[in-house]
Amino acid sequence: MRKLSAFNIATLFVGVAFLYLPIAVLVVYSFNASRLVAVWGGWSTRWYGELADDAPLLEAAFISLRVALLSASAATLLGTLAAVALVRFGRFRGRLLFSAMIYAPLVMPEVITGLSMLLLFVAISVDRGFWTVVVAHTTMAMCFVAVIVQARLVDFDMSLEEAAMDLGASPARTFMTVTLPLIVPAIAASWMLAFALSLDDLVIASFTTGPGATTLPIRIYSQVRLGVSPEMNAVCSIMVGVVGLAVIAASLLTKLSAARGAPARV
Amino acid sequence: MKRTLMKRSFMAKLVVRVPYAWLVAFFLLPFLIVLKISLSQTAIAQPPYTPVFDLAAGWHGLVSFLAGLSLDNYAFLGSDPLYVLSYLKSLEIAALSTLILLVIGYPIAYAMTRTPRKAQAISVLLVILPFWTSFLIRIYAWMNILQHDGPLNRLLLVLDLVREPPVWLSTNTAVYIGIVYSYLPFMVLPLYATLEKLDEALLEAAADLGCPRWKAFWLVTVPLSAPGVIAGVLLCFIPAVGEFVIPDLLGGSRTSMIGQTIWTEFFANKDWPTASAVAVVLVCLLVTPIVVFQHQTMRGIERD
Repeated sequence: MRKLSAFNIATLFVGVAFLYLPIAVLVVYSFNASRLVAVWGGWSTRWYGELADDAPLLEAAFISLRVALLSASAATLLGTLAAVALVRFGRFRGRLLFSAMIYAPLVMPEVITGLSMLLLFVAISVDRGFWTVVVAHTTMAMCFVAVIVQARLVDFDMSLEEAAMDLGASPARTFMTVTLPLIVPAIAASWMLAFALSLDDLVIASFTTGPGATTLPIRIYSQVRLGVSPEMNAVCSIMVGVVGLAVIAASLLTKLSAARGAPARV
Repeated sequence: MKRTLMKRSFMAKLVVRVPYAWLVAFFLLPFLIVLKISLSQTAIAQPPYTPVFDLAAGWHGLVSFLAGLSLDNYAFLGSDPLYVLSYLKSLEIAALSTLILLVIGYPIAYAMTRTPRKAQAISVLLVILPFWTSFLIRIYAWMNILQHDGPLNRLLLVLDLVREPPVWLSTNTAVYIGIVYSYLPFMVLPLYATLEKLDEALLEAAADLGCPRWKAFWLVTVPLSAPGVIAGVLLCFIPAVGEFVIPDLLGGSRTSMIGQTIWTEFFANKDWPTASAVAVVLVCLLVTPIVVFQHQTMRGIERD
C-alpha cells in the first residue's frame, strides 16, 4: 500500500534542495577568488589562508569550544539526573513545577532566557564573563538532555532492573551496571546536541558574556551585520564541514553500536 | 506491587534535588527578577533601576521596597504604539510563517513515510543535518543569496522573470524566507513521527469500502496526524514570536519584531525596566501555547 508517487518524489527533491542549496552556495562562494562576493573570480583558497591570521576570530573559536565542552558535560549530567527523577521517582512533591521548568526553556524565546539570566547575574553581583556563559548554556541545554534521556527511559524494560535488584544489587549499583549502559547512546546523543546548541548560541551568550569572553557566534554576528564578506563565507564553510563530518561520524557510530547491541537486547 | 528503582535514600534525594535546585536558581529565580525589575523605575545607578531590595534594612526595607514598585512600565507599553505594533508584527509574522511551514512541511513529511524503509532513515538524517549547522550560518547563507547582485536575482534575470532585480534584503519577505528555512526541520520531524506510526490498515479499509484516496487522506490521515501538527505548529510558532537573529539580519529597520525591541531597549537604550516589562508581556502572550506544548510533549513521551 505504501507507494511513492511522482508527487512524493518531487516534494522530497524540492524539500532537500531547499534545505541544502543555500549552504552549497555559501561553500562555493567561499572559494571565490574575488573580494566582491557576487563577482566570480575563479577558484581560490585565499580566504581560508587569511583566516589563519585573524587572531580575534581564532580566540573566539577557542572560547566557544571551551564553553561548549564544559556546558555540554554539565548539562548532560544535570539533564540525565532530571530525566531519572521524572521517570523513576513517581509523584514527588513539586513534580509539576519541576517538569514545567524542564519543558518551558525548550520553547522559551532566547531573548527572554538571556535577559533573565543577565538580570540574575547583575542582581547577585557576579561579574559577567566566561563562567556566566557556561552556566547559561548549561541551563538551556540540560532541558534538551532531560527530554531525550527521558524518552529513552520511558521505553526501558523495567524487568531488567528488577532482576538485578532481586539478585541483591543495590539501587545505585543497578543503575550503574544495568540502566546506565543501556541508556548511554541517548546520553551521548544528548551531549552532542548540548554541545551543538552551545556552539551555535548567539542571543543568550550576548546577554550573559562579559569582557574577554567573546564567543565565535558573537564575533561572526558582529562581522555579518556589516554585510556579506568572503572571510565570513570561509569561516562558515569550515563550521559546516566540521559539523557535517561530526554528524555523519556520530550516526555511523550509533549504527555500529546498534548493530552490535541488537542481539543482546531483550 | 511495582518496585521503584530507588528508595528515598540520601543519594536518591540528590538525584531530584540537584537538577531541581539548578533550575530554580537559574530558570525560575531569573524570571522572578525580571518580573520585579519590570515593576521598577530606571535609575542612573548600578544596577540601573530602583528600588533595590536591601536585605539589611529588614522589615522596613521590605515595606519601602514594595512601596517603590509600580505598574508604570506596563502603562507606558500600552500607551506607546511602538510596542503594541511590535507585538502585533511578531504575532503576525510568526503565525503566517507557521502556516507556510505547515503547508510545506506536511507534504515533505508525508513523502518521507512513503519511501522504502532504508531510505527513510536517510531522509530523516537529511532533514536533521541542516539543523545541526549553526543557525547563524544558515541565515548568513541567505544574506548571500538574497543580496542585490546575488544568485537569486541573477537567476531571475537569466530566466527573464523580472526586468529589474527586486530588493529582497531588509524586507518582510526575507524574514519569512529565513524563518521558514530555519524552522523547517522542527515542523517536518514531529509530523513525520506521527505519520510514520499511522496504521496502513485503516487506509486499506477505507479503500475497500470504496473511499477515494484523497477522501481517505482527508478523513483518516489528516485527523490522525493532529498530534504531530500541534507539536510542529507550537515548536515553530512559539520561538518564532521571539525571534531576534532572523529579523535583525534579513529584515528591514521598519519591521521591529518584539525580540529586537527587547534587545534594543536593553543594549542600546539601557532601559532595563522597560525591557523587562516587554519580556513579561511576551511571556504572558506565550504562556498558553507553552502550557499546551508541555502537556503535549509529556503525554507524547508517556504514551510512547
